[in-house]
Amino acid sequence: MSILIDNISKHFGSFQALSPLSLDINEGEMIGLLGPSGSGKTTLLRIIAGLEGADSGRIQFGDRDVTNLHVRDRRVGFVFQNYALFRHMTVADNVAFGLEVLPKSKRPNAAAIRKRVMHLLDMVQLGHLAQRFPSQLSGGQKQRIALARALATQPEVLLLDEPFGALDAKVRKELRRWLRGLHDELGFTSVFVTHDQEEALELSDRVVVMSNGHIEQIDQPGDLYASPNSRFVFDFLGNANVFDAQFSQGKWQNNVASLQLPDEAPKTAGQIYLRSHEFHVSSVATEQAFLPLKVVAINLIGAEVRLELTPIDWHSDHIWEVDLPHKAFDKHCFEKGQTVFVTPKAGYFFANGQATPQPVYW
Amino acid sequence: MATHLSVAQARPKHKRVLPGLGLSLGTSLLFISLIMLLPMTGLIMQSVDMGWDEYWYVITNERVVASYKVTLWAAFFASIFNGLFGLLLAWVLVRYEFPGRRVLDALVDLPFALPTAVAGITLATLYSQNGWYGDLLASLGIKVAYTPVGIILAMAFTSIPFVVRTVQPVLEELSPEEEEAGMTLGASDWAVFRRVIFPALWPALMTGIALSFTRSLGEFGAVIFIAGNMPYVSEITSLMIFVSLQEFDFPAASAIASVVLMASLVLLFAINVWQARYLRRLHGR
Repeated sequence: MSILIDNISKHFGSFQALSPLSLDINEGEMIGLLGPSGSGKTTLLRIIAGLEGADSGRIQFGDRDVTNLHVRDRRVGFVFQNYALFRHMTVADNVAFGLEVLPKSKRPNAAAIRKRVMHLLDMVQLGHLAQRFPSQLSGGQKQRIALARALATQPEVLLLDEPFGALDAKVRKELRRWLRGLHDELGFTSVFVTHDQEEALELSDRVVVMSNGHIEQIDQPGDLYASPNSRFVFDFLGNANVFDAQFSQGKWQNNVASLQLPDEAPKTAGQIYLRSHEFHVSSVATEQAFLPLKVVAINLIGAEVRLELTPIDWHSDHIWEVDLPHKAFDKHCFEKGQTVFVTPKAGYFFANGQATPQPVYW
Repeated sequence: MATHLSVAQARPKHKRVLPGLGLSLGTSLLFISLIMLLPMTGLIMQSVDMGWDEYWYVITNERVVASYKVTLWAAFFASIFNGLFGLLLAWVLVRYEFPGRRVLDALVDLPFALPTAVAGITLATLYSQNGWYGDLLASLGIKVAYTPVGIILAMAFTSIPFVVRTVQPVLEELSPEEEEAGMTLGASDWAVFRRVIFPALWPALMTGIALSFTRSLGEFGAVIFIAGNMPYVSEITSLMIFVSLQEFDFPAASAIASVVLMASLVLLFAINVWQARYLRRLHGR
């Protein structure tokens, strides 16, 4: 079922949680709401569910206007961050709950309910735990039960609030893949909230990046990564190094550091955002860039080596991070305390006073 | 090998916040013995003196048995009333924000702070035939003071805090998500209360009711002023103990007291066992 969000706003006391925002979600789509805490993503999700009322605006499921409909009549599946399983009920009773509370005329008989519950538990691969209590389950198992419970009444919309937030990395990855499979198989429309950019990019058909109650950008994961349309999105999608540049003598400069302008780049001051893996690193400066940095830490993380660097005689608000493949790292054998020179391959230039970037390549 | 040994030696012992199981348990046991077990033993010793036949005769005396019935029924109704009203009060205190909430919260403890005799006299004055409430009720043909209804009233008054104070913290800790989950699954408000909230409150509520019940079994001060104390009709067991004491019949007093004591102990123990089993399920042990 498609979801139409039209000019929804919300404030708590004097705090504006959501500025009026609109969003169209297609039928069968999986949408990730991505943003830091306090960006309003959970509030938006709860408003879609009906757990929170909006101050203004309109929400529509398909052709149905649900703006003033109570949460229990919206027929959405909702998965809570902390699972919110009923502690005093067995796993089977938890999953059966949505069916048990149906009005008598619509409620299946006990045998049918039992059968459906077992089917759902098999679907989440936990049929053998039917008679356990929630406290006897691991986090990943609880999350699957919460999902099975939400799907019991066959909702056409599934909403998930930080569904994998409390799980360890491996389980999270596994569940993510599994949820995506389930989504594709059953064809419901899903909206999930996350602060993990990797999760949003991996799982969503489209990602909605939010900050301070606004929508910053809505795009497919690939496009979002390729063309972030603001400083915020660029920052939030991870590991950006910022070079704060003045324009003088035909170069971008910051104290002693300098960067050659690519051909098509605007000849003005601004910030150049550089992704951590788009660098060459060597022990000598190049013609294109003079960016001296000191190595303060070397982290071996999986397939890459991450160098943490601080500027020498120029200024940056944050520590720079540069990721190198092991091969490149082994060639140079950088050491802690050493001075290195980095040369960017590509970046995004935000001219001063401009909100949108221009890609630059060397 | 040598390094292994040194590692084993360096392993710190498990530390607790309060050190010394021996000391803390010893102190607790000594205290319990002095305050509770010793007087209780004295009580039993005194009734042992009288021999089984006499003991049985005293505790099954017709007037005493009538007092058991009055006490049990009154305590039963008082604790049921407290269960309902206490739950409501706890709910209001936890779930709603209203002016005077803190005052109301503090007032709940008043029955504990008030000397029970004061409570009894106050209630008796209010409900006697020319008191404020008694006057009104009399015109409706209802008599409270000097009847078993008065006993129930006094018992309920003195033991209501038990229910409120046991239910309140549990209600406060109930996660709103569970209720919301119930609602997203389509449950009506009543279904959410009955199937989600109530089962979580149930153990605490039962404990509160049981405490209220046992407290009512032993209540003396508040009850005797309003009960009227008519033999076979509105005499409570505590009064029978008091009467025996006034006649300097200590063994008889002890014998009757031991019956009340046993009843309370059995009830509290049963509730504890039941609650432990129920909670074990919740916490998965």
